Amino acid sequence: MSCNCNGNCEKNSRREFLLTGLLATMAVAGCSDDKTPFTPEENVALSGEKVKLLSVDGQVIEVDKAFLKPVPDLPTLSNSEERKGMPGKKFVMVIDLSRCKNLKKCQSACNHMHFVHPGQSWVKIYQMQDAEHTAPYWQPTTCMHCDEPPCVKVCPVDATFKRQDGIVLIDSNRCIGCRFCMAACPYSTRVFNWETPELPEEVASQHYSSETSVPQIKGTVGKCDFCPDMVRKGELPHCVSACPNGVFLFGDINEDSVTNGAETFRFSDLIKDKSGYRLMEDLGTKPSVYYLPPVNRNFPFESGLENQPAEEKTGSHH
Amino acid sequence: MENISTLQSERITRELMPQKFGKRGMIWTGALIIICLIGLYAYYRQLDKGLVVTNMRDYVSWGIYISNFVFFVAISLVGSLITAIFRLANIHWSTPLTRIAEIIAVSAIACASVIIIVDMGRPERLVNLFSHGRLQSPITWDVIVIGTYFFISLLLLYIPLLPDLKILNEQKNKGPKWMSKVYRFFGFFWKGTKEQWKISNKSVVILSIMIIPVAFCIHTVTSWLFATTYRPGWDSTNFGAYFVSGAFLVGSGAVVIAMYVFRRYYKLEKYITEKHFDKMGKAVVLLAFLYLYFNVNEYLVPAFKMKKPEEAHLTNLFAGEFATMFWFAILVGMVIPVLIMITKKGRKPLPMFIAAIMVVVGAWFKRYLIVTPTLLHPFLPMQEVPESYKHYFPSWEEWAIAMGSLAGALLIITFFVRLFPIIPIQETITEEHEKAITENK
Repeated sequence: MSCNCNGNCEKNSRREFLLTGLLATMAVAGCSDDKTPFTPEENVALSGEKVKLLSVDGQVIEVDKAFLKPVPDLPTLSNSEERKGMPGKKFVMVIDLSRCKNLKKCQSACNHMHFVHPGQSWVKIYQMQDAEHTAPYWQPTTCMHCDEPPCVKVCPVDATFKRQDGIVLIDSNRCIGCRFCMAACPYSTRVFNWETPELPEEVASQHYSSETSVPQIKGTVGKCDFCPDMVRKGELPHCVSACPNGVFLFGDINEDSVTNGAETFRFSDLIKDKSGYRLMEDLGTKPSVYYLPPVNRNFPFESGLENQPAEEKTGSHH
Repeated sequence: MENISTLQSERITRELMPQKFGKRGMIWTGALIIICLIGLYAYYRQLDKGLVVTNMRDYVSWGIYISNFVFFVAISLVGSLITAIFRLANIHWSTPLTRIAEIIAVSAIACASVIIIVDMGRPERLVNLFSHGRLQSPITWDVIVIGTYFFISLLLLYIPLLPDLKILNEQKNKGPKWMSKVYRFFGFFWKGTKEQWKISNKSVVILSIMIIPVAFCIHTVTSWLFATTYRPGWDSTNFGAYFVSGAFLVGSGAVVIAMYVFRRYYKLEKYITEKHFDKMGKAVVLLAFLYLYFNVNEYLVPAFKMKKPEEAHLTNLFAGEFATMFWFAILVGMVIPVLIMITKKGRKPLPMFIAAIMVVVGAWFKRYLIVTPTLLHPFLPMQEVPESYKHYFPSWEEWAIAMGSLAGALLIITFFVRLFPIIPIQETITEEHEKAITENK
C-alpha cells in the first residue's frame, strides 16, 4: 500500500509541475501586446523571485514570479474527456454489510460534498429484512454503475453515459428531464431536481462537470457518481473515506485491489472468501458494486436503530 | 334526373355547411378557453418554480402528465381504425364518420405532444432529441412514429377535405371574409379535374395502408416506454397488444360521443343515423371484449403466481389503495358499457352516448392506474425520503394542466367544425348519387 501511495505522490508532484508550466504559458501568452507571446509585458513590477518552468522546447527556464498570473477557473476536463473516462481503469466497490451499523456518515458526507437537495440523498442505507424469519440488516446503496445500465439504454439524448472505466455519469447540461432513466433503474438510485437546488453562490456559478456532479441543475437528474474527481486526485470517494467502520471498499478491478483507506484487500480473494454477491443479479444489469453478506457482524443490527427516524423503525419485508 | 341530383346536392351542401355557434356553442367555447388559460397559468408556475409544483417526486416520477399522454395517444388510434381499417375492409357505412375520427386523431396527437413537453424538466432542450438523439431509446422511437402518424393523419384529414373546400368557396353565402380566405388558402389549387381526383384517390388509398402499421407502432412503442423497464406491473410481454386494443376501444368511445353531439346540435339525423349508432355499438362491444381479454392476461397470470415484487402491486390494485379506481375502470370502462351496448335497445343514440362517456372516463383512469401504482412499488423499499415521496395525488397545477390539455383537444375539434363540414359533403353527394343510380336501375 505504501508503494501505491508513493506512486500517487510522485504523480501528484509531476502534475503540479506540469500545471505550473501550464499556468506560466498562459501567463506569458496573456502578457502579449503585439500578439507575439514572448514579448515581455512592460509595466510589470518585477518581484525578484524566480520560478523554474519548462519551456515549450523542453528547456528549463527561469521566469520572474510577477509574470505568473493566477487563472481563476482552472481549465477543467473537457466534456469529451469526461465522457471517455480514465483509460485502463475499471472501478469497483465492495460494501461489507457485516460492518455497517447505520451511522449514515457516508450519506452525510456525500450529501455535503455534492450539495444534494435536503430530503434527497444519493447514498441510502436501507433497513432490510428479506422475509419474516430472516435476519434484518443495514444495506447502504450507491449507484450500481452497472455494466449493462438500464438508464443508459433508455436515455434519448446520451445525457447519461457509461465510460470505459465503468462509471455511469450524467451530463446535466444535456439532460432533458424526461425521467425515463428513473423509471428504468431497478435500484431507485436516481433523484430529480424538482426545484432550483439550494447551493452556495460560488457553487451555483460554477460550470457543471459530470465528474464532480456539481452544481446540480433544476429539471435534471442526479445520482451517485463514484467521485471520479476524487479518484483523479488519488483520493477515495467521499462515502468511503467518511465511513469510520470501513464498510466501503473502493478500487480498480484491473489491479484486483480494493481499499477503504485503512485496509487493502485483493478484490478476488475478498469476494471468494466472503461470498460476495451483487444486487438483483437476475436482472442482468451487471452492477459494479459487490456486497459481502452480513455474517459475523461487528455490530448487532439493533445498534443501528438509534440513527433511524421514528417512522421508519418498523422495518420492511422485502 | 340531372336536375334532381343538383337539387339534392344543394340540399346536402346546405345541411352540412359549417354553422355559426349559437349561444350554447359560445358558452362551450368560452368555457374551454378558460380551462386552457387556467392550464397555461399553471404551466407558467411550473416553468417558474420547476416540477416541484407537481406532486411527482423521486418514486412517482411520472404522474398524470404521462397517463394523460398515453390517453391521448390511445384515443388518436381511432383515426386509423375508421379511415383505414374500415376502408380497406370495404365497409361503407362509416364514410360520414371518417372526418370525425380524423379530427379526433389529429387533435389528440397535437395535445399528446404538448403534454409530453409539459412533463419535461427542461423543455427548452427539446432540440437535444434531434441534435443528440440516440436510436436505441424507446423515446426516440416514439418521437419518430408519433411524428409520422401525425403527418399521415393530417393528410388523411386534408386530402378528402379539398373537394369540400371547393364547394365552400363556391357558396354565395360565405360568412366572414377571413373564412373564405382560409378556404382559398388551403384549397385554391383544387379544380376537381379528373387527374386531380385520380391523384387524390390514390393518395388516400396509399395513406390508408401506410397508417395501419404506423398506428400499431405508436401505441406499441408507447407501451414499451413502460414494458422496457423491469418494474412489476410494466415488465410484461402483453403490453403492446394490451395498449393497442385499449386504444381502439377508447377511440371508438370518443367517436360515439362526437357522433351524438354533432348529430344533436347540428341536426344531422339524416346523415348520422341510428344505423350508424347500431354498427358503432357492435364495434365497441367487440373492442371492449378484446380489451377485457388482454386485461385478464395482464392481471390474472401474474396474480396466479404472485411473485414477490408483483404481489404488493397487484394486491394494491385488487384490494388496496387503488382498488376503487381499479374496479371502476374495469366495470365502468368495460363491463357496464358492454352490457348496455350488447342489447339492441342499448345501441340507440342516447344509451350509446352514456355508455361511450363511461368508456372514455374509465379509460382515462385506466391509464392513471397503468402509470402510478407501479411506481409506488419499487424493488428496494421506499425509505429515507420525506413522507410526501411515498404517496402521489396530483397537485392543482397538474390537474389544471391535464384538464387544460383535454380542453385544448376539444377546442381544436370545436374550431374545426366551425370552419369545416364535419360530414364530408362531396363524398356524401357522390354516395347519394350512386345510390340513386342503382335504385333507378
